[in-house]
Parts: sequence; C-alpha cells; structure tokens
Amino acid sequence: MVDPPAAPPQWKDTMSETLFLGSIEIASRLIVGTGKYANYDLMQAALDASGAEVITVAVRRERLLDDRGRSLLDFVDLDRYTILPNTAGCFDAADAVRVARLGREILSQMNNPGRDWVKLEVLGDKQTLLPDPMGTLEACRELVKDGFKVLCYTSDDPIAAVRLKAAGATSVMPAGSPIGSGRGIANPAAICIILERLKDGDPTYPVIVDAGVGTASDVTLAMELGSDGVLLNTGIAHARDPVTMASAMKHACLAGRAAYLAGRIPKRLYATASSPWEGVISYIPGE
Amino acid sequence: MMIVVNGEEIDIAGCPTLADLVEHFGLGDRAVAVEVNRELIPRERHAETRLRKGDRIELVTLVGGG
Repeated sequence: MVDPPAAPPQWKDTMSETLFLGSIEIASRLIVGTGKYANYDLMQAALDASGAEVITVAVRRERLLDDRGRSLLDFVDLDRYTILPNTAGCFDAADAVRVARLGREILSQMNNPGRDWVKLEVLGDKQTLLPDPMGTLEACRELVKDGFKVLCYTSDDPIAAVRLKAAGATSVMPAGSPIGSGRGIANPAAICIILERLKDGDPTYPVIVDAGVGTASDVTLAMELGSDGVLLNTGIAHARDPVTMASAMKHACLAGRAAYLAGRIPKRLYATASSPWEGVISYIPGE
Repeated sequence: MMIVVNGEEIDIAGCPTLADLVEHFGLGDRAVAVEVNRELIPRERHAETRLRKGDRIELVTLVGGG
C-alpha cells in the first residue's frame, strides 16, 4: 500500500495577508510618513517603493502668500493611499482634539477612507517628543466619544498601552524608541509584554510599532516579535537614498511577518549539530 | 476691519463672510479646515458665517508629517 500523496507544504504568503485597522483592510503592514523629504518627487517615489497603503500627514496653517506653490496633496494619489492625519505638535489633550477635528474636516472634503481616523500624539516636550501619558489618555477618550477611530501613539509602557486600549483606541502604537532617533526597538521585552497583554483573548487587536526605526532590521525585529505593523518616517526620508531604503523597509516588514508566522527556534546557550552523529567515523572528544 | 488670520493681523475689507475670506486667499477649491475663535466651522457653514472685528481665524491644510 502506498500512502496517498500529501499536499506539499505551503509557505504563508505575507504579500496577500491583510490587516484590519477598525473597518479598513490593508495588505501592507508598513505605514509611512510623508514628512522630512527633500522634495515631493522624492517623497512620491519613496511612498511607491515602500508599498504602503496608509500614509500619515500633519495638519498645519496654510501659507497665505500668493506664491504658495504646490502642496502635498498635489503629489498624493488619493485613490491609492488612505490618509492618516496626525496630531503631531500637540502638547495637551485639548489641542490634540482640536487638530484631530480639523484633520477630519479636511479629509471629509476629499472623500478619503481615512476621514474618521487620527494618529493621536500628545507629546510631553519638544526635546524628547515622548508621549504625555495622561494627556494621551484624556484625548483618546474624548476622540473615541466623538466617533474617531484612534490610532494611538504611546511609549513602550505596557500599563499605558492597556489603559489606552480600554479607553477605546482602535490600535495602540508603542514607540520602538523616540521619534526620529533611529535607535530601533530599544526595549523588545516591553513590546512583547504589550503584545501579550493587548492580544490576550483578542488576538486580532492591532498593535503597531511606531517611531524610532533606523533601518530595515528594526522593522524586521518589530514584526518578528508579533507586531501587526510598523509606522515610520525619518528612517526612509533621511536615508541617503530614501527610495532604496523604502524598498528595504517593505521587504523587511514582509520578512519579519513571515518569520513571526513561521515561528522561530528558541535561543540556546550551546550548539545543536545540523548533521547526524550517527555513523560518524571520526574521534569525538570526551567520548 | 482687522482680524487675525493664522497669527497675522490683516484688514479684510471686502470679505464679509468666512467663505469670502477663504476665496480671498485662493483656497476656494482646496481642502482646508477653518476655525473661528477656536471653533471649527464646517465648510457648508462658511457662507453663512459673518466675520467680526478681532476674530481669530485658523486656516489649515495637510502637510507632510510622520
């Protein structure tokens, strides 16, 4: 008797696996910012190379000069990208709520699916750009009450993360390290605890590592830990070659996700041989 | 009549309403959000919103950010 042939092992296609952020379904787990680019053409090429479907933007005063020139929106394909407006630059809950509402008003004129979204940032000070946990929690509650889907930037403090989820955040987004610092995932253990706590009994709850990414391996590590996505800006925009780095980040994200799904081997202190001991013809020390 | 727009004091003779002001700055066909004295005024209410002396206006849009 010959056993019927088993189905060949399949690799998990991380290119076609999707992520739900509230009601919005995205295939790319890399979310990228649009700030700090030397020019809009470079930004456009980098966004394209990153494969991102969601891009973040900031809300700022219009320049009132006549020679205003072209704006960001002239360079963003609104059919391709979902816009995620942030509250960057806000240092208290009241201003963050104001800016979130202004962002919603702008996006509602553009008929973009990101209309009810906000990337909430309430910062403590200009030098560290670390989140103010109390202000963040207060603003998160207020915005959830006002119908926003809040994607909430926070530190890698697991307790703050739990509180923000309980306050109704659509996604909690712990920082790998301070914004723009390029120091990567400073405390992987804290990110692991956040993932365990927020996904306990709720495995699809999205946790996105936001900020601090310096290079591709930082994205891979975040994804290998089990994060649902990575949000970054400076790591691409200030790379010597932003377009090539954008492509590197895209592949790093896919690789990290696939490695997470595949399940890594445990780390061991001693070696384990890949070749069998059975049939060895040589002298083995100690035997 | 003097009002403050984006932190700058300007004379808005000829702009009785918020819609006129937005048009004055050439923003009529652009995606903008407007606050008058820290209150968000949705676009559909710009035409009916009359400006008063000393009003503080914020005219904002989307820019590159992270």
